[in-house]
Amino acid sequence: MGGSERASGRDAALKGTAKAHRAPAHLRLAGAAFVMDPSGALYWPDEDLLAVADLHFEKGSSYAARRVFLPPYDTAATLMRLLELVCLYEPKRIVALGDSFHDAAASTRLAAQDRARIRALQAGRDWIWITGNHDPQAPSGLDGDVVAELAIGAVRFRHEPQEDGAEGEIAGHLHPMARVGGLGGTVRRRCFVSDGSRCILPAFGAYAGGLNLRDEAFGFLFREADRFAHILGRSQVYRIPHHFCLPD
Amino acid sequence: MSKASSLSPKRPERLPVRKVPKPAGGLLPQRFQDWFAARGWAPRQHQLDLLAHAQAGKNTLLIAPTGAGKTLAGFLPTLVELERPVNRSALHTLYISPLKALAVDVHRNLQIPIAEMGLDIRVETRTGDTSASKRMRQRRDPPAILLTTPEQLALLLATPDAKPLFSTLRRVIFDELHAIAASKRGDLLNLDLARLRSLAPAMTTIGLSATVRDPDELRRWLVGRDDPKALAELVVAPPGAPADLSILDTSEHLPWAGHMNRHAMAEIYERIKSAHMTLVFVNTRAQAEFVFQELWRLNEDALPIALHHGSLDVAQRRRVEDAMSLGRLKAVVCTSTLDLGIDWGDVDLVINVGAPKGASRLMQRIGRANHRLDEPSRAILVPSNRFEVLECVAAVDAARAGTQDTALQRAGSLDVLCQHILGMACAEPFDAELLYREVVSSEPYTGVSRQIFDDALRFVANGGYALATYDRFAKIKPTKEGLWRVANGRVAQAYRMNVGTIVEADMLKVRLVRGGGRPSAGKTYTGPLRKSGRMLGEIEEYFIEMLTPKDTFLFGGEILQLEGIVENEALVSRTFAEQPKIPSYMGGKFPLSTHLAARVRQILSDPREWKDLPPQVAEWLTLQQIHSALPPPGDLLVETFPRGGRFYLACYPFEGRLAHQTLGMLLTRRMERAGLKPLGFVANDYALAVWGLADIGARVSHGLVSLQDLFSEDMLGDDLEAWLQESSLMKRTFRNCAIISGLIERNFPGKEKSARQVTISTDLIYDVLRRHEPDHILLRAARADAATGLLDIARLAGMLSRIRGRIMHKDLDRVSPLAVPIMLEIGREPVYGEAREDILAQAEQLWAEASAPPGETLH
Repeated sequence: MGGSERASGRDAALKGTAKAHRAPAHLRLAGAAFVMDPSGALYWPDEDLLAVADLHFEKGSSYAARRVFLPPYDTAATLMRLLELVCLYEPKRIVALGDSFHDAAASTRLAAQDRARIRALQAGRDWIWITGNHDPQAPSGLDGDVVAELAIGAVRFRHEPQEDGAEGEIAGHLHPMARVGGLGGTVRRRCFVSDGSRCILPAFGAYAGGLNLRDEAFGFLFREADRFAHILGRSQVYRIPHHFCLPD
Repeated sequence: MSKASSLSPKRPERLPVRKVPKPAGGLLPQRFQDWFAARGWAPRQHQLDLLAHAQAGKNTLLIAPTGAGKTLAGFLPTLVELERPVNRSALHTLYISPLKALAVDVHRNLQIPIAEMGLDIRVETRTGDTSASKRMRQRRDPPAILLTTPEQLALLLATPDAKPLFSTLRRVIFDELHAIAASKRGDLLNLDLARLRSLAPAMTTIGLSATVRDPDELRRWLVGRDDPKALAELVVAPPGAPADLSILDTSEHLPWAGHMNRHAMAEIYERIKSAHMTLVFVNTRAQAEFVFQELWRLNEDALPIALHHGSLDVAQRRRVEDAMSLGRLKAVVCTSTLDLGIDWGDVDLVINVGAPKGASRLMQRIGRANHRLDEPSRAILVPSNRFEVLECVAAVDAARAGTQDTALQRAGSLDVLCQHILGMACAEPFDAELLYREVVSSEPYTGVSRQIFDDALRFVANGGYALATYDRFAKIKPTKEGLWRVANGRVAQAYRMNVGTIVEADMLKVRLVRGGGRPSAGKTYTGPLRKSGRMLGEIEEYFIEMLTPKDTFLFGGEILQLEGIVENEALVSRTFAEQPKIPSYMGGKFPLSTHLAARVRQILSDPREWKDLPPQVAEWLTLQQIHSALPPPGDLLVETFPRGGRFYLACYPFEGRLAHQTLGMLLTRRMERAGLKPLGFVANDYALAVWGLADIGARVSHGLVSLQDLFSEDMLGDDLEAWLQESSLMKRTFRNCAIISGLIERNFPGKEKSARQVTISTDLIYDVLRRHEPDHILLRAARADAATGLLDIARLAGMLSRIRGRIMHKDLDRVSPLAVPIMLEIGREPVYGEAREDILAQAEQLWAEASAPPGETLH
């Protein structure tokens, strides 16, 4: 089956369905073309691959041990958003960019229904768990390849951005968020950050917090002049230069 | 004079002068009669009446104006009882004050009669400042009279010592009850009162209150609801001399809009000069800053004028208070921080700048002047704009007639109930049925069903989610005997850290980083910001959120420039800017009371009422009558008119800014669906204006759009639900409930900015919970709060029902006189309610334009 044919067929289909819901934004990285979805996922049409970062499954239940009883629906909420995306893009492959589980035991605490949802998501496609600092081991009882890093052509998927790994790197870990001021107020939203050579994805998990992209943790990772925040709106992604964004 | 100043030897009270008391049945022991006589005083009738009720074992409410010896009246029964030798190590009377400072003040004043009569009575305070060792000792060896705050009482009741400590209690006195009863703090206090009744069944209550609209509400509050008809006895002291009230009739041009009162400053300054000491009340911190700055601009005589508001540094506030009580100040500009309680000096004039917002609030403030019953309080109201003139007239009418605003009937908050249940488990294991019966004996909670109580109980135990997954971590667990006990000491510790119902707005410390200077080219400081300078106070985080670095604003009486935010500090420098860039009027904190709103509508509708108005205002209303219309008092006037290429809809519900803001959010959603292409709206206390691209007036006139439908009550259904989904005001409300209920801790991670990616904001919790368990008890609590709080849905609902079938539409060809004030607020008043996605679109567009190749234009 011709990959490009499939992709272009899907592209057409996507245009049909997606138009009503969302306006994806385009990003070029290491010679490849990507689509940034307003949900915070990154889609790679040529590879028919969907990447999401920092799912933090079972973060709610990990707080319960400290007797903070957050609503135990975060995993379900995250999965429902992911299911929606998969229906939209129908990708051949899904890459979870690490910290998919909030702690090492999180995968054992998954509710049966959530486990079933993950299986449904995995059915008929490749699934890659990239390991992160929260989830260095393979999740228990779930399918999918577990790797520290995934390279496709010049593009590298990993959890934590590396100082010397700029070109073509797609990573998570930092949970970027941007704050923008305007007439009578400011807004704070999750965002992609890219300078055209690497891209950091926003956290996808329902309970994942955010770090202002003006934080020094981002400092050394990007070329100052080309750095843009691609900020998630309700149904579109706004491209705003880094220096327009405010610190906290 | 001080509240408790009837105890002070310096200032004898002169009214009512009755030579020798006729103590009803000889209730007042000789020692007390002698003491009164030695002072040249006589006990007042209400003091004796209260004593008689207390001695008969009745719960009693005393309503008295300031200066009537209310505090002495409250303590008299206790002092009389303790005159006789009693068990010295037993707690006899508990006194609860909403303010720590008031408890301390009362303590000082109570010492005088105790010492002078040679009574052997130990009185102690217990506040957040009391040392740990003293608190420990107080639990084992209590004083006869303990003066404390609601939060400290909750803490005491949550210890295993509560039972022995309170079993001897004979009386609890609630001071300033009117200020605390109808609030979450009052809810918690009343639950604690129910517990005190269980621990000491013979105990009685005394409530001390200023004049209120419906004393029966407070009379019910003071007694257990086991008997639904029970009421506390009522003693009403005679009112003081009527207040000398006036509205400043300015000779300057009276502004159309705004709240800053620049026009009246010179006149205010003159009044200050001719008075002995003046309190200048304003409604917001920002107004306080502005008025203070303006007065000093005029202050050629270098009068000692000070500033006092809640976000100034505590040490600075204490200095102002001390200077006041020493009589060293000529005037203090203050917010409601000085509404309550203590008097700091000999105030003889109160100036209320801006609208009073409610008749009761105005009277409370007037009472700050001249705490002597025989001298009238002197007060001047200074309206900031034309609508406020109407409101001031209505308030003065109400004050002269002695009319009070209706207190809102409210059901006890469920988040408070959750906190209380955990506290009770910390005290000792409890039986659910017994605790339930105790809870429904508490006045705010009489309507709580066993089902709701059990929901709250389950919430405390394990979060109470339909998906029960947290059982093994439960905070409270049933024992073998079926009693609920706290899981371990850490849970009790966490309870103690989070007790209380006051959730402060998130505050940032304001720190001066370096002396400023007139910025000159090339001299801009670019080095790292250092946190080394002086602390100026605290400011609401949401205000700073609106600013971008280099914006200037008023704080602590000076114009400051924001340099940046580092962790939880806003770093600022001084500037020589003439005017702050950010007008920082945040809108009144208090909505216009329904009583005043009705009165204002009445004045508007009837030209015969205008003769007392300043000529400028009467003329304005006459013009409105000519160019548009003035609606009958119960009707809603809706005007439509074009202006500057846009079409406007203006309406005048007079329901307060919060209710109008909610109406604006919901109305624009409906107008969107009706194809009216709304672009934005602005709301103030009196009116709402919406603008858009479609000719609203023409569509209404042609019957294409019905105003009745637009304003119909069903907007409170789906439209409201859809809006609540994203409303930041709703999220703030939810956060408060999450903290009070104990879902998350006060110091829940989230404040440390650098660690934000590992933390969870309550906004995310709200989103998930709303979607997956919309009936959860916390969401029920938050919705109930929203109805009366930041969204004021209750008020809006009342208005929509009132105007059904009573909308008067005027399609005009230009702006009407009545619409001018609200039109002037466009662009000034930021809208806080919405997630402002347009900001992102604007920023993107701005960049696109700035970076477009030369010669190319974008659309």
